[in-house]
Amino acid sequence: MAGSGKAHLRDGSLLRVEDLVVEFPAGPGRKVHAVSGISLDVVEGETLGLVGESGCGKSTTGKAIMQMPRPTSGTVAFEGEALTSLKGEALRQTRPTMQMIFQDPISSLNPRRKVGDIIGEPLRVWGRGDADEREKKVREVLEAVGIDPDAAMPRRPHQFSGGQCQRISIARALMLDPRVIICDEPVSALDVSVQAQILNLLEDMKARYGLTLIFIAHDLAVVKNVSDRVAVMYLGKVCEVGPPDTLYEEPAHHYTAALLSAIPVPDPEAERLDAGGIGGELPSPLDPPSGCRFRTRCPEAQERCAAEEPLMREVGVNHFVACHFPRIGGTAPPDASVPVTVSQH
Amino acid sequence: MDDAHEGPVLEVTDLETNFKTPAGLVRAVDGVSLSLERGKTIGIVGESGSGKSVLSRSIMGLLPSGNVVRKGSVRYQGQEIGELTPNQLRDFWGPEMAMIFQDPMTSLNPVMKIGNQITESIRYHLDQSKSESRETALALLQSVRIPEPTKRLNEYPHQLSGGMRQRVCIAVALACGPRLLIADEPTTALDVTVQSQILDLLQGQQEARFMAMILVTHDLGVVAGRTDEIAVMYAGQIVERAPTKVLFSKMKMPYTEALLKSIPKIENPSHTRLLAISGRPPSLVSPPSGCRFEPRCLYAQDRCREEMPPLMLAETPGHEYRCWFPVGTPEGKAALEKNLREKETPVGVDTSALVNG
Ligand SMILES: Nc1ncnc2c1ncn2[C@@H]1O[C@H](COP(=O)(O)OP(=O)(O)OP(=O)(O)O)[C@@H](O)[C@H]1O
Ligand SMILES: Nc1ncnc2c1ncn2[C@@H]1O[C@H](COP(=O)(O)OP(=O)(O)OP(=O)(O)O)[C@@H](O)[C@H]1O
Ligand code: SF4
Ligand code: SF4
Ligand SMILES: [Mg+2]
Ligand SMILES: [Mg+2]
Repeated sequence: MAGSGKAHLRDGSLLRVEDLVVEFPAGPGRKVHAVSGISLDVVEGETLGLVGESGCGKSTTGKAIMQMPRPTSGTVAFEGEALTSLKGEALRQTRPTMQMIFQDPISSLNPRRKVGDIIGEPLRVWGRGDADEREKKVREVLEAVGIDPDAAMPRRPHQFSGGQCQRISIARALMLDPRVIICDEPVSALDVSVQAQILNLLEDMKARYGLTLIFIAHDLAVVKNVSDRVAVMYLGKVCEVGPPDTLYEEPAHHYTAALLSAIPVPDPEAERLDAGGIGGELPSPLDPPSGCRFRTRCPEAQERCAAEEPLMREVGVNHFVACHFPRIGGTAPPDASVPVTVSQH
Repeated sequence: MDDAHEGPVLEVTDLETNFKTPAGLVRAVDGVSLSLERGKTIGIVGESGSGKSVLSRSIMGLLPSGNVVRKGSVRYQGQEIGELTPNQLRDFWGPEMAMIFQDPMTSLNPVMKIGNQITESIRYHLDQSKSESRETALALLQSVRIPEPTKRLNEYPHQLSGGMRQRVCIAVALACGPRLLIADEPTTALDVTVQSQILDLLQGQQEARFMAMILVTHDLGVVAGRTDEIAVMYAGQIVERAPTKVLFSKMKMPYTEALLKSIPKIENPSHTRLLAISGRPPSLVSPPSGCRFEPRCLYAQDRCREEMPPLMLAETPGHEYRCWFPVGTPEGKAALEKNLREKETPVGVDTSALVNG
């Protein structure tokens, strides 16, 4: 199975995703290759940032991890248990451990219901506690996310601003004491001032409730701010994984470097890096390029890039790249299917 | 229009645009003045709802009729826009002023081929024949660097990516050679890689055609490297305006400072605590009678609530701001230190984050 390799996976992770494939039918004989054999893991208490351009498969990955819907193939294991082989009630019982929050906070909340009911609903559905205990929990969590329970509980979502609705979505995700929260672009629709409030809140909630987070976004500065480890995606593949400070300082993959050079810097004196960052158009996921999927836009592409898919290998401390000719770490050994041994530091 | 017109292309003076709504009069643009010369770009920055789009549309003369109340003046090459008839305005849009919107689909016709959308306006305004206008359209698509332009002329908007659609909108906007181009969040819906391509394209065209450009955005990063001047809007007012470099190096307005500090910086280590601005912008129906930023400002003193600061001139020419206790001045420092000592502002904004940050 052509994947991008698993050299970057660690022992003892809380969540482990291997060879994840998600395809969508697209007419006779055609399919959208949304996610094509990616492997990722998250250690307890860690925040994994997932970045990449629109359409690269970030949301699809997040949903496949939640098993909503199930991936086309591959495994997702939580604490060593493969969610991908659970069925029916056994799968349902794992639902509370993982929650997801979305980009558009207002439309992800039911407009006809009161905030108190929306937040209390997961507790009712799962039969947790009696009415008093449930109300106590609702109040506690609303206060934790900075919303006044007395003012908020009787009101409906449209009476709140985007930032407040995102706080309410976070509260709802926290109700069942999840272990993992997948945040899909939680601040992309918000103003910078409110974005900072929500990012700080997520950091606080992570510490307070001992959460493990997967944080999906296309804004590299935002992802760096909240993450302990960052995975860069391109057209359904993972191309680079590493600690944010290293990865941003010294990107190994040409795509990561291009992404970083495209960021507008709020400083008029800053030297504009090679303007444009990256040329060309994203290829269609219906018919992705052979070999390295980035080769149609890569300034360093060579013949080998079309013939052979690059595998993940370590190029620095905890820093992995899937590229034959990376910016650091030297050329990949000729036959990339032979695992490379890199000294463990 | 008169080519010999001297002075700024655009002069906006004390512009007010209000909307009558059941909840009361919404003061979307409240006393805005600015001017723009040919060949220059002004950036307009501000949070959602601060009035950037309403200001842009007021300049274009593109406001919904019915519930709008307008005051003040918008002069384009000396001509008062408010005095133009709808027919005169139609002649204006294209050769004189053109606009690009955040969502390319709002300005493209989904059931019309790309080529016809461009030639329609060329044929109307420039009186070119069908084949001439097709040549012009092709040249335009090439100038906005659309690959395979001949093929694209016969395609529909839905067949293009978001970035390509925005390029088409730029081609449509440039078709009749406007002197003033207003780009309202042209890249907000796009990826960073596409964003930088589009901004480079706009900047290149603006320079090549010596156009005046208004670049509206909520991202200080976008305007930093690409404008001559920046106006920061808050709750319908311009609260600071300065040449771009001056704004970043000598900002006076606590709001501008707060906006800049709230952005995660790529050069900062991960998990750097962000300095969020507390609360939300005020209601535009009944904004505070003093400084509109006072309920959220870390520098605020009692005077800020009692008296609205007028636009004041800073030491650098062309730099104005609305604040009683400006950043970097002795009064400003004293005000901030007092609030830090008391751990909150007079209206209770917590200042402790600043001490730790
Ligand atoms: N239900 C679906 N049916 C068909 N194609 C789909 C479906 N969901 C997603 N796709 C396609 O799969 C690819 C990956 O989409 P996905 O939404 O995961 O990207 P993303 O990285 O989250 O993008 P964005 O930043 O725009 O949210 C895209 O080409 C998308 O069009
Ligand atoms: N037709 C209208 N009727 C009533 N109020 C309106 C109308 N159009 C705009 N407004 C109000 O005017 C204010 C300014 O809106 P505007 O769209 O100019 O903000 P903006 O700065 O462009 O925000 P964004 O960044 O979200 O685009 C808002 O409070 C908005 O609700
Ligand atoms: S494998 Fe080749 S095409 Fe892909 S990123 Fe590396 S050098 Fe570029
Ligand atoms: S110091 Fe006062 S006048 Fe200046 S911005 Fe703050 S509240 Fe407004
Ligand atoms: Mg998505
Ligand atoms: Mg707007």
